[in-house]
Amino acid sequence: MRFLNRSVGRLSRHRRGPVAGLVLLLLGLLVSGGLYAGLAPASADETRTDAELIAEGRELFLVSCAFCHGQNGEGLETLNGNILGPSLVGVGAAAVDFQVGTGRMPMAQPGAQAPTKPEELDEDETEAVAAFVASLGPGPAVPSPEDYSLDGLDDEEREQAIVRGGQIFLTNCTACHNFNGKGGAMPRGGAAPDLSNTTPEHIYEAMLTGPGQMDSFSNGNLSPEEKRDVIAYLMNLREQPNYGGFTLGGLGPVSEGLFAWLGGIGALVAFAVWIAAHTTRSSKKKGETA
Amino acid sequence: MSIDTSKVATSNSSAAIAKKPGRAGAVAEWADDRLGLATAMKKNLRKVFPDHWSFMLGEIALWSFVVLLLSGVFLTLWFNPSMGEVQYNGSYDALRGIHMSEAYASSLKLSFDVRGGLLMRQMHHWAAMIFIASMMIHLLRVYFTGAHRKPRELNWVIGCLLLLLGTLEGFTGYSLPDDLLSGTGIRAADGFMKSMPVVGSYMSFFLFGGEFPGESIIPRLYTVHVLLIPGLLLALIAAHMLLLVYHKHTQWAGPGRTEENVVGFPMLPVYAAKAGGFFFIVFGVIALMGGLLTLNPVWLYGPYDPSKVTAGSQPDWYMGWPDGALRIMPGLETHLFGHTLSWNVFLPIIVLPGLMFTILLLLPFVESWITGDKRDHHLLQRPRNAPTRTATMVALMTFYGLMWAAGGNDIIAILLDLSINQITYFMRVAVFVGPVIAFIITRRWCISLQRKDEEVLLHGYETGVIMRSPEGGYSERHLPVSESRAYTLTARDRDPDVTAPESTVDANGLEDPSSGRLSGLRQRLRTLMYADNVQPPTRQELEAAHHHADHDADHHADHHADHELESRDRDALPGGH
Repeated sequence: MRFLNRSVGRLSRHRRGPVAGLVLLLLGLLVSGGLYAGLAPASADETRTDAELIAEGRELFLVSCAFCHGQNGEGLETLNGNILGPSLVGVGAAAVDFQVGTGRMPMAQPGAQAPTKPEELDEDETEAVAAFVASLGPGPAVPSPEDYSLDGLDDEEREQAIVRGGQIFLTNCTACHNFNGKGGAMPRGGAAPDLSNTTPEHIYEAMLTGPGQMDSFSNGNLSPEEKRDVIAYLMNLREQPNYGGFTLGGLGPVSEGLFAWLGGIGALVAFAVWIAAHTTRSSKKKGETA
Repeated sequence: MSIDTSKVATSNSSAAIAKKPGRAGAVAEWADDRLGLATAMKKNLRKVFPDHWSFMLGEIALWSFVVLLLSGVFLTLWFNPSMGEVQYNGSYDALRGIHMSEAYASSLKLSFDVRGGLLMRQMHHWAAMIFIASMMIHLLRVYFTGAHRKPRELNWVIGCLLLLLGTLEGFTGYSLPDDLLSGTGIRAADGFMKSMPVVGSYMSFFLFGGEFPGESIIPRLYTVHVLLIPGLLLALIAAHMLLLVYHKHTQWAGPGRTEENVVGFPMLPVYAAKAGGFFFIVFGVIALMGGLLTLNPVWLYGPYDPSKVTAGSQPDWYMGWPDGALRIMPGLETHLFGHTLSWNVFLPIIVLPGLMFTILLLLPFVESWITGDKRDHHLLQRPRNAPTRTATMVALMTFYGLMWAAGGNDIIAILLDLSINQITYFMRVAVFVGPVIAFIITRRWCISLQRKDEEVLLHGYETGVIMRSPEGGYSERHLPVSESRAYTLTARDRDPDVTAPESTVDANGLEDPSSGRLSGLRQRLRTLMYADNVQPPTRQELEAAHHHADHDADHHADHHADHELESRDRDALPGGH
């Protein structure tokens, strides 16, 4: 106590000194600034409240999506009863992340197939629109990377996951996407897209939400582990070498037949022309008398 | 110029004595004494074949068949044609532990665990694709050049049977690995059979030994694939080639070439070397394709399971056109007394291929019936000199090609961003309209080329030399073609005159026995066949034309005053000579 009294007394001796006011001012600023930095909510960009995110998403939705889907995502019909844009109530954030994240939405024009193109909205904007659409009704959320990663499995479990995923893929997916994941035709100009460059996240979301003419594979239908295994099989297809050589597009017998005719028969006929054009060489040389 | 005298005999005092035969000669003599090969070989080793690239197309088929036999024998050493179920434990990770048939497991073993097995599998499959393709281009060459005419009609029939058997052989081979694609093919074949009224389901149960898929189909197809059809193919190829030797090869018209001779090089040494070398080229091309280009990656398809199917399930190319017919056929069905007649399957896949094959088989006979031409032909015709025949085949090719494209409608749709429905609607019309358009265009095209030949013969070829007359008119100088080219162009028969109505009464006043109810149709077809053709110029026409050309050349050189007026008129029309 005496020590405390003495040090306070020593400090208080300077209280009327020439720099005391300045020091006190700096001290005050430091404390209040530090407290603010520590306690105040961080910048608005980093952690938006859900309400703010939804509000921002709504603004973007009104600009980019509402023309076809309606101002409240309720869906619009054309005058003759066709659907201009379907209702988005209950499609969930996963559907938005898939459709906008692959550039399918906003669509340039309504049609049988929403083609992929460079994304119109960046990641933050996509997240905001997804939050707005998710707020319209309960639906599947954007999956997290743990949902479709094989981390934490040992080699044998990974192999089993790939084998299982291959069988699920061949049973449920190849009918439209082809055995190699190279895509196929759908009625009226639609197409099941080539899966060779689709990110695991988007494949997962597509299974979850069933975009376009695709079936949706809910978690009751294909469990999250089974979805993960399908993705593992597709990633394995990308990684494994092309054992047979060039794949010729991986489209099946049509491209193979094309190569048999253009490559095989073409080359062999060219050789036949070459052989027939070179007739027997006479051993007689110029200047040699017969 | 010095004369090489080293090979000239220095004296003529000693008589020529036959040298003792060398070791090879002694062996040949030993064999000849016992087998009598020399007499048979003497003639055939010197057999003459004419030289043209298009005569080697059938050889591609022959050599790819040899590659098929060689690679096929290799595959039989490991392939196990059984539908017994096993669990896969081979090298391919993504299928480990899956239950599958032994046929599929041994296909995977061939692909991953047998050294060189995948190369052999792919070579065998590529060789099959090329075998059938080369038979088809060989067929086209024969037909376009008129080599199917008497005396070769039966060899045409044998060739058609080879094409049919080759297709069946290819289909059975496609079905053997028991992967998803081949199983889908067998499933389709089962459906095709069942579409046949009355007998269909009995045939299917007979073939599969019960309901599809059963356990018998792959062992049965295996026997057909490695024994029955290859045996028939070998026998028919032998017959085809014996007839070729017996008939002697056809040749193009030209100076010194007649219906009685064959101008070309002898079998030994020239054709043995050319054909032998071509075998190695065919083998090499197939080996390159087998090594570099994936064909039927069975490991990606997985084992066959009737509940699975893949987009892009197509047959190999030679079955593509009936598949196309099936794809564009509208869904017609009749229900009779509780039975369904599937015209949508029966017509395009059972009736149509049978009809097309019959048409192909009958082409030479129909043609000789229409033309009434019963002479032997060993000189080939240029396609333009038989415009209707050429147009007929082009129409058939157009039909085939459109059906073929329809068989790949899904691939066309995704690669060209089209609607598969619109492709189907287009094809439904195009397969009927396309061949007609192709027929008309080809026929007129051939006749135009005949006119071109006539112009070259009568007025000479265009030299590119532009002449200016003193009056200032321009004209292109035409020069007569060489004798041998003129001979080649004129060496063809004149078509029969069809403008005069054919009399049914012969010179003795007797009714022609051949004139029946069909003679009117035959007459109309003859008119269609020949009426617009350009006939080769007669000797008088050629001489008159040459006289005119000589005269014209003198006239240009001398520019005689008498012809000034005529010349001016002519020069006013460039190239109007």
